[in-house]
Amino acid sequence: MNATKFLIAAYAATWLIHGGYILSLVRRFRKLRQQVKELGKQK
Amino acid sequence: MKRAFPILAVLTTILLTYASYRALKIAPTDALQGDVYRIIYYHVPSAWTAFLLFFVNFIASVQYLVGTNSSTKAAGKWIVIVGGVIGAVAPFLPPVEHVLPTGMRPSAVATTVLLIPAFYFVIGWLFPGERLDMLAVTAAEVGVVFCTIVLVTGPVWARPVWGIWWAPGDIRLTSTLVLWLIYVSYLVLRRFSSSAQTQTLAAALAVFGALDVPLVYFSIWFFRTQHPQPVIGGGGSMDPRMLETLLISWTAFLCLAFLLGWSRFRLEVFRRQVEEAQALESLLGAGASTAPSLPLDRGSK
Amino acid sequence: MSSLWAVTLATLVKDVRLEWRSKDALNSMLFFSLLVVVIFVFSFDPLAEESRHIVGGLVWVAFLFAAIMALNQTWARELRNQVLDGFRVSPAPANALFLAKALGNFIFVCVLEALMAPLFVIFYNLHVLGPAWQLIPVALLGTWALVVNGTFFAAMSLRTRNREIMLPLLLFPVSVPAVIGMVAGTTTILTGEGSAHFYIVLLLTYDVVFTTACLTLFGTILHAE
Repeated sequence: MNATKFLIAAYAATWLIHGGYILSLVRRFRKLRQQVKELGKQK
Repeated sequence: MKRAFPILAVLTTILLTYASYRALKIAPTDALQGDVYRIIYYHVPSAWTAFLLFFVNFIASVQYLVGTNSSTKAAGKWIVIVGGVIGAVAPFLPPVEHVLPTGMRPSAVATTVLLIPAFYFVIGWLFPGERLDMLAVTAAEVGVVFCTIVLVTGPVWARPVWGIWWAPGDIRLTSTLVLWLIYVSYLVLRRFSSSAQTQTLAAALAVFGALDVPLVYFSIWFFRTQHPQPVIGGGGSMDPRMLETLLISWTAFLCLAFLLGWSRFRLEVFRRQVEEAQALESLLGAGASTAPSLPLDRGSK
Repeated sequence: MSSLWAVTLATLVKDVRLEWRSKDALNSMLFFSLLVVVIFVFSFDPLAEESRHIVGGLVWVAFLFAAIMALNQTWARELRNQVLDGFRVSPAPANALFLAKALGNFIFVCVLEALMAPLFVIFYNLHVLGPAWQLIPVALLGTWALVVNGTFFAAMSLRTRNREIMLPLLLFPVSVPAVIGMVAGTTTILTGEGSAHFYIVLLLTYDVVFTTACLTLFGTILHAE
């Protein structure tokens, strides 16, 4: 039973890492869109 | 094209869920390790995916470097073709066949070798010019994500099974660690270097990294033969139901890698457009009308 | 071909002469190397039996620090006086500049090693149990492995934002097989466990592969502007 917690940890870690990466992608997209808005305002 | 993304995302989620379900419920319990072994269904496919992505980065980097002038480009093309032909034929010749490790069929080696020119030409065709570099950075970044997962799940699996988090002579995990380090340094170089030559420098680093990997493997291999290592059970053939689950899991993770790569690639395209627009803006001054050659208003998703 | 060596030699002689006149870098690095040895002596008890097994590693870590210091200022002088731009424009082959820098660094680091090694022998009471002569190819090949890639990556790091940290960041991962070869080889020789033959071959292969790669790609790096 003790070993199962390692299994859960491994699976959880995998999805945390993937989730974190997806979040970073979303954040970067948002930042770029913000920059586009600012460019548009300057005109 | 863009409509396909949400559909693929849904399909991938379903596939991943199914693969995880198989990994946890359907695949039989291992006689020696119990349920913990099921980490393999995440660990191994992530490794294969990471290596594939790093391979794509290597091919893209090489093509980027040789593409700078037409003579090197042509030379590169011919080297790859000749190399591919030799590599495809050689495993079948008796002296070479003799050297192959037992269990490795010549046709398998030939097919693997043929992947190199195949990748070379397909990538060159699908990603001309600057897009090669964008592919390179995409593949590197997503590859690092998957490689991180390999390095996290590896020790988490090793601890309950072998009693130790890390075995210094564990050739695969250590080689993977070095590969991870090389590509993290690649990403750091890309971030900290100023734009004009970043791409060329990074491509050169990728080539160095690729040259390094076999050397890493051999150095650890010899080191290991000199030092007693924990006896790692396994090897031998796999229960077919396990193999099936493993392959399904790999397919699911490949789809995820594709989605992540696609997103990252589009992010890169977007980022370069914005950079160009900003540069134009600062060159021409704020009052200039920016010719909307950039599809920035289409609300790209 | 003769022009390659002529330019290389000329550049090398110039560098050595400049370095010798100022002795800045040399002195500070000598002292730094001594400090590193002393820190290790305090951290890793020389009297312990295990120390014979780890001295190989300690020696090479110390050499690595010294090499990084030397490599970091490889191109500093060239940058200050826009020598690089002059070189780019001249018809001299780019490889000549690279070879000169690499050889200069090699000589310099070898000098540092020659000075640090006796300190280790003294502090750790080393006597070599295996074939001692093998230490020479291991040291020479290992040093070249660090220096050739280090010179290349130092050139790559030139225009990056954090130049000093960029160099070790790029160099260490790629140097792993060489470090394994150096450390394991030295340890094998010191403990007499066996022949360092394989490690020498490994280092030789590493050197050939990466010297070729550096020479092939240096021109691209130099002109990538």
